[in-house]
Amino acid sequence: MADTNRDRVPTVICDDVHIVYRVHTGGGGKGSATAALSRIVGRGKAEVSRGVRKVHAVRGVTFTAYRGEAIGLIGTNGSGKSTLLRAIAGLLPTESGKVYTDGQPSLLGVNAALMNDLTGERNVILGGLAMGMSREEVRSRYEDIVDFSGINEKGDFISLPMRTYSSGMGARLRFAIAAAKNHDVLLIDEALATGDRKFQIRSEERIRELRKEAGTVFLVSHSNKSIRDTCDRVLWLEKGQLLMDGPTDEVLKAYERETAR
Amino acid sequence: MSDTHLGGAVATSAPPSSADEGLDPAALAAKYGLSVSGARPGLFEYVRDLWSRRHFILAFSSAKLTAQYSQAKLGQVWQVATPLLNALVYYLIFGLILGAGKGLSKDVYIPFLVTGIFVFTFTQNSVMAGVRAISGNLGLVRALHFPRATLPISFSLQQLQQLLFSMIVLVAVAISFGSYPSLRWLLLVPALLLQFVFNIGLALIMARMGAKTPDLAQLMPFVMRTWMYASGVMFSISAMLADKPAWIADVLMYNPAAVYMDLIRYSLIEGYGAENLPSHVWMTALAWALVFGIGGFVYFWKAEERYGRG
Repeated sequence: MADTNRDRVPTVICDDVHIVYRVHTGGGGKGSATAALSRIVGRGKAEVSRGVRKVHAVRGVTFTAYRGEAIGLIGTNGSGKSTLLRAIAGLLPTESGKVYTDGQPSLLGVNAALMNDLTGERNVILGGLAMGMSREEVRSRYEDIVDFSGINEKGDFISLPMRTYSSGMGARLRFAIAAAKNHDVLLIDEALATGDRKFQIRSEERIRELRKEAGTVFLVSHSNKSIRDTCDRVLWLEKGQLLMDGPTDEVLKAYERETAR
Repeated sequence: MSDTHLGGAVATSAPPSSADEGLDPAALAAKYGLSVSGARPGLFEYVRDLWSRRHFILAFSSAKLTAQYSQAKLGQVWQVATPLLNALVYYLIFGLILGAGKGLSKDVYIPFLVTGIFVFTFTQNSVMAGVRAISGNLGLVRALHFPRATLPISFSLQQLQQLLFSMIVLVAVAISFGSYPSLRWLLLVPALLLQFVFNIGLALIMARMGAKTPDLAQLMPFVMRTWMYASGVMFSISAMLADKPAWIADVLMYNPAAVYMDLIRYSLIEGYGAENLPSHVWMTALAWALVFGIGGFVYFWKAEERYGRG
């Protein structure tokens, strides 16, 4: 079959995605101990019972992302941006609907694997392995990661436990580790606002590099400037629904008009 | 609830004008070979994924182990001091005050007790770490993509490393009570290996249950304590239950914790001969390991795509 649409190769397809969080409210309020017990023992109807609240975070989002696109996700706090990102990464199961992806999308979020009681050195290794790099890969990139983070600019800090770092230093090391790997589909959740000005410029550069190597980039941000600088398409989510999907300028203008009111 | 639509904004998505236009999302996905994100892989693929993560499992478990005592002034000395103090407390209460060493000479009883405590603690801690493996690491589960079995296995491995530190104390105790290194000590390797496989299986089962019902973390200490007292950690089952019906002693002696404890005691302690072991003990140890190891792994894998839901 002769494919005429050369550039339009889909990498991520969301098909009517719904995501529901179930929150245990700890049996407080009206939920008595017996209600809590029946919740544990019972099945089926248990979810309707008091004490478990459902939060419908994403309601029926459908879109297709193509190779080479950088897509910004905007919306007010709690509109479901980060949740949608996690669903694309396959980290949160969907309630109904499906997310199809090309390869394994990765979320730029290695923070959770790092341990504050360990030295920066061991955290670099641990973080690299947690992202699925091989031991050799981690070893060969170790110097780059440390240099990029700039941790050692003020003395030998990499051999100290991470809990002794200032919050800026910690954030820099975390970003340096997370950005060390190349990804097919890259998901970035508000990672650009860390560190001092000098580091911000360096990390924006790195994001552009990653974009070149990655097939598709998703960026969640509240900074309209960084969306404008990096994205060519924007999805506007509000209350878990896709309000608008289009070129950056068009959507941002509408969004700014809405939020300025 | 009512959805208030903001300012009449309209979706202005510009679909590509191409042959793909008429396709629904599922057909489009199929055409370009996209797969469902976060779907559960097949069992063999899962094992392969897990194998490719072996370095992470190792690094994660030893990192946890190191982090455990990093705030203490004595640091890693506690790896050995904690089990030693534990053994002393139990000896004081069960050995000296309650006289639980019925049927065993003092040279046998003290290493018997210390072995029992260390070996049972190995299983106990694996279970407790298993319950929290998913529910206590939701941040990690929700941030990175990896086979979730990595976590319970990693925690069991951490407990094995902890046990190996305890073994230093154990060997010292055994030697000071007249059990010298011999060829029989080599049996420690298969015995510990089988117990390790059993513990991983149990940790995997607990991890899946704990992910659904985090309350298990509150309940399990009581279950584990009952199990400990029923497994003859500080007394010889056959000597203590001599005047009870024989089937009670049989049930207690063939329970996995007692089997592994007895095997390790037999390997290590000179005065604790084969007459203290139930018959077919190695087969039993192997069976427990296989049933729980394989069963636990499959049970855990079956819910792989559901871990991490809020």
